[in-house]
This record gives sequence, C-alpha cells and structure tokens, in this order.
Amino acid sequence: MKIRQQDRTLIGWLLAGWLGLCLVPWYAQDDGLFGFGWAGADFLADRDMAPALVQVLGHGRLWLLPLALFLALPLPALLSARYTVHRANLLITAGALGLAWMAIQGLAVDHRGPAAWLAPFVPARSRQYSMGAGAVLVGLSFLFTLTNGLAAKGAVKGDRFVAGSIGLVVGVVALFVFVPVGLVLLGAVRDPDGAFAPAHFVGQFLDARIWGLACLYGNLRCGVAWNSLLLAVLTGLSTALLGLAFALVATRTAFPFKRFLRILTVLPIITPPFVIGLAIILLFGRNGTVTQFVADLLGIEAGRWIYGLPGVWFAQTLAFTPIAFLVLIGVVEGVSPSMEEAAQTLRADGWTTFKTVSLPLMRPGIANAFLLGFIESLADFGNPLVLSGNFDLLSTEIYFAMVGAQHDPGRAAMMAVVLLAFTLVAFWAQQRWLGRRNYTTVTGKGDSGLPLQLVPGLRHAVYAVTIPWALLTVVLYALILVGGLVEVWGRDYTPTLRHMVAAFGVTRGEFGLVWSGTAWNSFSTTLAIALIAAIPTAAIGLLTGWLLVRQDFGMKRAFEFGTMLSFAIPGTVIGIAYILAFNAPPVELTGTGIILVISFVFRNMPVGVRAGIASMSQLDRSLDEASLTLRASSFTTMRRIVLPLLRPAILAALVYSFVRAMTAISAVVFLVSAQYEMATTYILGRVENGEYGIAVAYCSVLILAMLAVIGIFQLLVGQRRLGRRSAMPVAAPVGVVP
Amino acid sequence: MNQASVRFENVSKAYGTVVAVREVSFEVAAGTLVTLLGPSGCGKTTTLRMIAGLELATAGRIYIEGQDVTTLPATARDVAMVFQSYALFPHMTVQENVGYGLSVSGRPKAEIRRRADEAMATVGLAGYGERLPAELSGGQQQRVAVARAIVLEPQVLLFDEPLSNLDTKLRRRVREELRDLQQRLGITSIYVTHDQEEALAVSDRIIVMNQAVIAQAGTPRELYEEPASRFVADFIGDANLLQAEVTAVDGQLARVQLGASSLALPSRGMGRGPATLAIRPHAIRVHDRPADGANPMEVSHAIYLGSHVQYELDGAVGHLFATAPAAERMIPKGDKAWVTFDERSVALVPA
Repeated sequence: MKIRQQDRTLIGWLLAGWLGLCLVPWYAQDDGLFGFGWAGADFLADRDMAPALVQVLGHGRLWLLPLALFLALPLPALLSARYTVHRANLLITAGALGLAWMAIQGLAVDHRGPAAWLAPFVPARSRQYSMGAGAVLVGLSFLFTLTNGLAAKGAVKGDRFVAGSIGLVVGVVALFVFVPVGLVLLGAVRDPDGAFAPAHFVGQFLDARIWGLACLYGNLRCGVAWNSLLLAVLTGLSTALLGLAFALVATRTAFPFKRFLRILTVLPIITPPFVIGLAIILLFGRNGTVTQFVADLLGIEAGRWIYGLPGVWFAQTLAFTPIAFLVLIGVVEGVSPSMEEAAQTLRADGWTTFKTVSLPLMRPGIANAFLLGFIESLADFGNPLVLSGNFDLLSTEIYFAMVGAQHDPGRAAMMAVVLLAFTLVAFWAQQRWLGRRNYTTVTGKGDSGLPLQLVPGLRHAVYAVTIPWALLTVVLYALILVGGLVEVWGRDYTPTLRHMVAAFGVTRGEFGLVWSGTAWNSFSTTLAIALIAAIPTAAIGLLTGWLLVRQDFGMKRAFEFGTMLSFAIPGTVIGIAYILAFNAPPVELTGTGIILVISFVFRNMPVGVRAGIASMSQLDRSLDEASLTLRASSFTTMRRIVLPLLRPAILAALVYSFVRAMTAISAVVFLVSAQYEMATTYILGRVENGEYGIAVAYCSVLILAMLAVIGIFQLLVGQRRLGRRSAMPVAAPVGVVP
Repeated sequence: MNQASVRFENVSKAYGTVVAVREVSFEVAAGTLVTLLGPSGCGKTTTLRMIAGLELATAGRIYIEGQDVTTLPATARDVAMVFQSYALFPHMTVQENVGYGLSVSGRPKAEIRRRADEAMATVGLAGYGERLPAELSGGQQQRVAVARAIVLEPQVLLFDEPLSNLDTKLRRRVREELRDLQQRLGITSIYVTHDQEEALAVSDRIIVMNQAVIAQAGTPRELYEEPASRFVADFIGDANLLQAEVTAVDGQLARVQLGASSLALPSRGMGRGPATLAIRPHAIRVHDRPADGANPMEVSHAIYLGSHVQYELDGAVGHLFATAPAAERMIPKGDKAWVTFDERSVALVPA
C-alpha cells in the first residue's frame, strides 16, 4: 500500500496512540512524566505501571477498553482509496469520542472509587491514579485524529498542520486555563462541605470583610475589595502620569541621558518581586535610613508609617511606571509629527498644539497605560505581602485564606472570583475599547516631520517630576546591591559577606566542593524550571501568534481572547485554581515540577503571543504563500521561512518567559513543594523571618544572574541574515505587556 | 513542460456575507495565457488564489487537467505563482530561493543545483546565485520570482500583478519577456492585472471581471471591438457611450441613427429601438466646417499633446471625447465643430 504524503502525520500519531496504549504506563509514575524507571522493571505485570491495554486484559480495568476501540476506528479510513466525506467523518468521530471517553472515565473512576452510574459495571474497589505518559500519547493521538478529520472536511483550507496547531492550543488552554478557573468559580458556589449552595455564595459574596465600608464612617476597616480597587486606581493613575512624563522626556526633549531612560524599562522584568518592597523598607521602614534621619532631625519617634496604603502604592508605582513608560513611548512616538506641524501652520502655538492635537491623540494610549497599571496592581502579590501592613488586599488575603491559619478555601475562592471579576473587566475594556484605537495612531508609515519639542514650561514640569523619580529608582537598586553586604541595615553598617556566605557559600568538603549555602537548592531549581518553561512558552506563544496573524478560521476572535486571557488572571487566582484542579486524579500534578512549568507557560504565554503577532505582522504574508505554492507544507514553511525570519521575536519570547518565571511569586507560592522550592518563595521565607540581609543578598544575585542569562540568550539566537537592506524593523516586545 | 487546462464550474467565494466571487465559470485551454482583468475589488485576485489553493472555494468545483482540486490545499497542487511583492525569502540567496521548491520536495542536492541553475539561466540571471534578494534590482528580483516558479515545471503558472512594482519603462520590457518565456515554455498561465493595456499586450484571451462576476471573456480583439456591456466598452480602452436609435435591422447589419449621422454597424442580435453605442475617441472625425451627415458640436476643451490633439465636445448627441491627428489648425475652445464617425471603431453595446 502506498502511503500518501498527507496521511503520514496521521499514521504517525495513530502509531503513537497505539504505543501509548500498549507499551507505555497509562498512569503517572513516581519519577515523573519523563522518568523511565518503569522501563527496567517488569512493568507489564505491575498494577500501577502497566499500559492501558494490559490494564484491561490483566487487571480488570475494563473501562479503558473503549479507548482501544476508538483508536482502532480510524484504521479502515487509512485503507480507503479516496478522500471522502465519510472518511473525514470517521476520523472526527473517532477523535471526539476518544477524547470524550478519556475525560469521562477519568472523572468517573478516581482514587476514591467508581462513580455511582458506573458501579454496576466495574468492581467497587476499582481505583485510578493520575494519568501518565500513556494517557498523554493516546490523548494527543485522539486530538490530532480529530483535527485531521476536520481538515479533511475543508476546515482551515484543508491544512492539517494548521488544524492540528489550533486543536493543540485550544486543548492545552482549555485544560490549563479554563478548566482550573472554572473550578474556582464552582468552588465559590459550594459550602465548606462541598455541596452546591448558592445561598452560601451570596452570603460569602456580601461579606463585610470584602465589601464593608466601615472606614468611611467608623474606625473599622473597609472591605478588602474596596482597598484593592482604591490602590489599583491610585497606582494606575500614578504610573500612567509618570510613564507619560518619562515618555515625553525620552521623545520630545533634548534630555542628554535618554539612553539611560531606556535602561530603566528593562528593570521591572529583571527585578525579583520583593526587591522594591525591601528597598523601601531599608529606606523608609522603622529602621530605615530616611526614617531614622528624619526622626533624629525632628526628635520624634520613628514610626511604621510606610506599612499600609502609602507604602504599597509607592512600591507599585516604582515597580510599574517602567511598564507604562514602555507603552507610552510607542504612543508618543506614534503621534504623527506632520499633524503637529499642520496645527502649527494653522497658527497654534506650541502649548496649544500639545493641548489640542498631541494630547488627544495620546489619550487612548494613556488610558491603556492606566488599565495596565490597574491590572498589575490588582494582581501584584510581592509588594503587598511585605508592605501592606493592616491594609488588607485581595491578592494577599486570598493567600492567607488558603494557606494561613484560617484555612478557608471557600472564602479564598470567593475573593479570587471578586479579584478575577475586577481584572477581567479592566482587561475586557482594554482589549475591546482601547486596543484597536491604539493601533490606529501608529501607522508605521514614514513621516518626514520633526517631533514637536515641549514648550519650556511643560518641559520644566516634566523634568521636575522625572529626574528625582529616576534618581530614587537608581538609589533603590543600589541599595539592593549594597544592602546584602552589611551586617544589619539601619543599625550596623559594618561591611560583611556573612549573608552572601549563608546563602551562596561553597566550602571544600571531603568529596570536593560542597554547595553549603542555604539558597543553592532553590536557586538551581529556579534556573532549571525557568529554563524548561521558557521553551514551551515561546513555542506555544509564537505558534498562537502565527495562527492569529496568518490563518483565518471560525471563532478567531474568541480564540485570541481565550489565549490572551491568562494575562488578566492574577497569579494568586491561578495558584488556587491549579490546586483545586490538579490535586487529585485524573490529573494530579501538585508537588511536581511540571505544575510549576505549566503555570509559567500559561501565565507568560500572552507575552509570546504578542511577540509573535508583532513580528509576524511585519513579515509579508506572501512569503508564506510563496512557500506553500512551491509545495512546502505549512510545517515546512514555518520551519524554513517563518522561524528563521522571527529570530528576534523568539529571543524576546524566550528571555521574557525565562525572567518572568525566575521572578514569579504569586502563583508559585501555592504550588511549590519541599522538593521544588523556588528562589522567590525562599526569599519570602527569609522576609517573613526578618532575615532581610539574606533576602537582599539573594535578590542581588538573582538580578545579576538574569542579566547574564539575557546576554547568553542573545548570543545563542544570533542575528538574522537579511543582506544589505536589513532595516526591516522588528519590534522587540521585551516587557510589553499586551 | 507540462500543459494543463484549468476549469472553473460555478465557483463562488464568500467571506461571511461578502461575496468576492459569484458563480464564475470559465476554461483556460492548455498552453495559453489568460488574463483576469478588472478594477480593484472585482474578484480577480481571489479567483487566482483559488487556483493556487491559497483560498478554498465556498461553492462550485475547480479542475486542473480534469482532476478535481477544489479541496486540495496549495501544497498539494501542481501550480506555481509569481507574487506581486515577489515574496523572495530575504534570508536565502537567489540560488536557495530558486531551489526552495525542489528542496522541500526532497530532491537530491545535485539535481537542485542543476535545475536551479537552468531556471536562472532561462530568465537571464545566470551567475547571480550567491546574491541575496536585497542585493538585486527590482527587475532582477522579479526574474528570480519567475525562476523560482518555473523551476518546478508546474502544470499552471500564476502571475499576480507581476509588473506593478516596476517603473513604467521597465514594465513594457518585462511584460514582453514574460510573454516570450511563456510561449517558449508553452506553459498554461493565468495572469492578473488591472492594467488593460498590459492585458491586451500579453494575453491569448482576457477574462474581464466586475463586481465578483465575469463581465466578458474573449480575445483582446473581441473585447475591444465587440464589448458585451457598457462596463467592458469603457474599461478596455476609452469609449464614448451614447444613446442612439436602431432604425432598421437587415440580417447582420443594423442601421443606427445618432443625431444627424446614420451608421451601418454589426447588429449583434439587437432589434429596433433605443440602443447604446460605444464610440472610440479615434473614431470621431472633427471638422471645422459642416459636412454631410455631420453633427454640429461646440468645442469645450482642446488640448495639444504633440502626437495628437484631444477634444471635448458638447452637442445634441451628448458629450464626446475625441482624439485627432495634430493637423495644422486646431479648432480653439469655444468654436463650432462638426463630427462624423468611422464605423469600424463604433460598436453597438447589448447591455
């Protein structure tokens, strides 16, 4: 029988499915998905290691048998000589039923035993554990059989690779974003015993601790939702205004240190979460340099004034202003100079032009920056944790409700729903209302005009705001580098390497070097997991970007919204969601390194998508089409044309997802285990113990390590080869949140 | 080289509610060059892309050499295309660009090298193999695009406005080269353009499209001399479209009255009654004194253009645009003039 070219991948996936069914352990093994401890053992005989088919035949797990039937269903289709609708329907049916049955049997028979409806058919003592490598192979096989059938019916122009890619992205996003978040919503409408209880939901929802307004009229505290909203609005405003001021300095003045300003934009990406909070404590805390100086000067008692709204707001403004700056630089540069010149030829003076032309054109961008700051503030975990004091905020309260002494998962889920609602509304507003308007101001067309310089009054005002702020930022980062090298900040400034040694000591032991520092374990884990996560993040992100820019298919807007959504889901919500979803079979991942990798992949995917969209939009679509008409498949086109031309975007996505993973805290704090401790959770532990010296020393090492990694990545990915006219600009979207 | 016919049967393409191509049927004979001509947005490029497989038809069937390719993706069709932007891969040399199709088809290296060299020699680019596309002129890039398309010896070669990125003088030369190459290789070609002069110059047959349907198909001469509609008459060359009266029909010949003029024209199946006339500008004879059967007009514009004179005239028959050889005396603006018509360049338009 001659194998048709178009059938090769289908045959490959079916083979993989049968391999997964017959030769690979169906259930998860103790040594992980990629551990091969079972391969040496007599795994066919073992109840826990046997492949699915052996489970059916030898261990009485009959409910796995339909999988073999659904996997056999497509085989006649391969023999049929013609591509017919019947053949395509067969593939679709087999794939869809197979996936559905995998989910049904997994939910029906879990670690506690079979569900009631299945009880008559299977022994009551039947148990199942988490799905493993065999299940992954079989699941992928079903998925690609389904997409192959859809493509054969003419979906996405009959392109099997595109159909498979869409299926894969939809599948993983559904499994790792929508299902977990859906479970949070479900969790919120259940009472502590797990029964469905809408009344309980309403009661929880209206809880005074969430929505109370007592602070307005009494001495009591306000609800945590109001606190979070107030902080988010303040942070959104302050970051947008400061970002605008910096953007104006960078583009509309003769400021001599513009390059330095650009460096500021890299800072938030390489800054571990507690750095700014810690630096603020070193300066303004009870023992802080500034606090003590002022207290001595005025002869008053040093207070804890920084803890609470002022401190968090200050820290968040410092942390997120560079993001607003990055967004607004694009906006300010996007205002066409010729429009300003037109206004001036119509007798408008500099200030009037700025007020009536430039500023209105920038307005959607400013609103966009505000919403970004708003979302970032709501989702922020690190700064509130060290600085919020008694000013309770949703993101940290969720954490305390989940892991603290209160241990109230229902309340945690409830607050997660409120937080999610806030961020989703802001995200929705940003995408629908502003997203498109924002693009129209940046045409990318050449403009021979010169950008208008700021009028002197405005220029001085902008300088007065930005220069002190930039200096403050510099001081704070210098503090982090220095703060870990003194005995006790605020009390004893004797230089010491004590903290460094405690964290990163290396001693010579009996068997060579011993990594004796307490931080090595978390440091190496973090590096490894961040590196592992960077690759799928970039891959899925760019694949999705490619699908969005280059392919047309039904529900594309919904697809885009779904893939970008995880940006708007705060890390704490993802953390809770993953615990709810993946703590028990059919998919049990808690305590593994995989769950950390997965959480990073889907938290950072939107950045990869944005990077892919930005650079893909600048590659002429006819390049792909030329390749296709020259008999290259979509996959070959991707590999030989698109990827080589996208190297800068790949670099950006890799670096960004790597450093984001290194510095993530909010979701991670729920997901770490003794075996897989991350740098940020280690630092958090030190902060909670008051060991600021080690925490600060660790932060400075992390910053330097991330700078080094970025440099290495740069060398690895290399430069594009485009010949003389290589001026084709590819936006480097480092740090641009959508 | 392979030769194959291309056939469309009631092919439609819709994007949601917008119909880009509506129930189009035509056949391209093997070895010929057929042009899809029309204003922008008429559906000609969509039609071309459906032949390539870059768009799939929403209804109807497409055949290449009798084989139904309607649902085949671009990769699986034996068709090559020269893109408007050339779409040369910027990260590959000319050699790699031309050899790309062979390379992804898994041909041996030596064969790729040899056939790519042949294709480059065919388009007159031998020796340019190691350059990057960015190091070539626009005309050279265009030839690389052609070489890359013909190296696969496709059944059908598609051109999507291949000359639109070249300057005017180069355009004329390149279109002659393309036509020569097509005839030399005898390859079935389909060519999209919005430039009617270019279409007349290169085509065996022209398919004029307008608003998602075929307005008329025929040889360049048929389209020019026997336009099927006001749109075609106006789009192919300039035409004055005037209302006239068919007074008598005698077999193939119709007697048409236009003001004072009486013309004997091919009837094209029309009966007595009002009709539309398409009069080419050069078919209008402009006189400075009254003549037999001439219509009196007033000159509203007279422009001297070196090789000829352009007149715009108004009178009882309507508004006329005419070109005349640059005679010694030009009739100045505002003067009276009398016009007669050369029947060979006047046609009755059915619709």
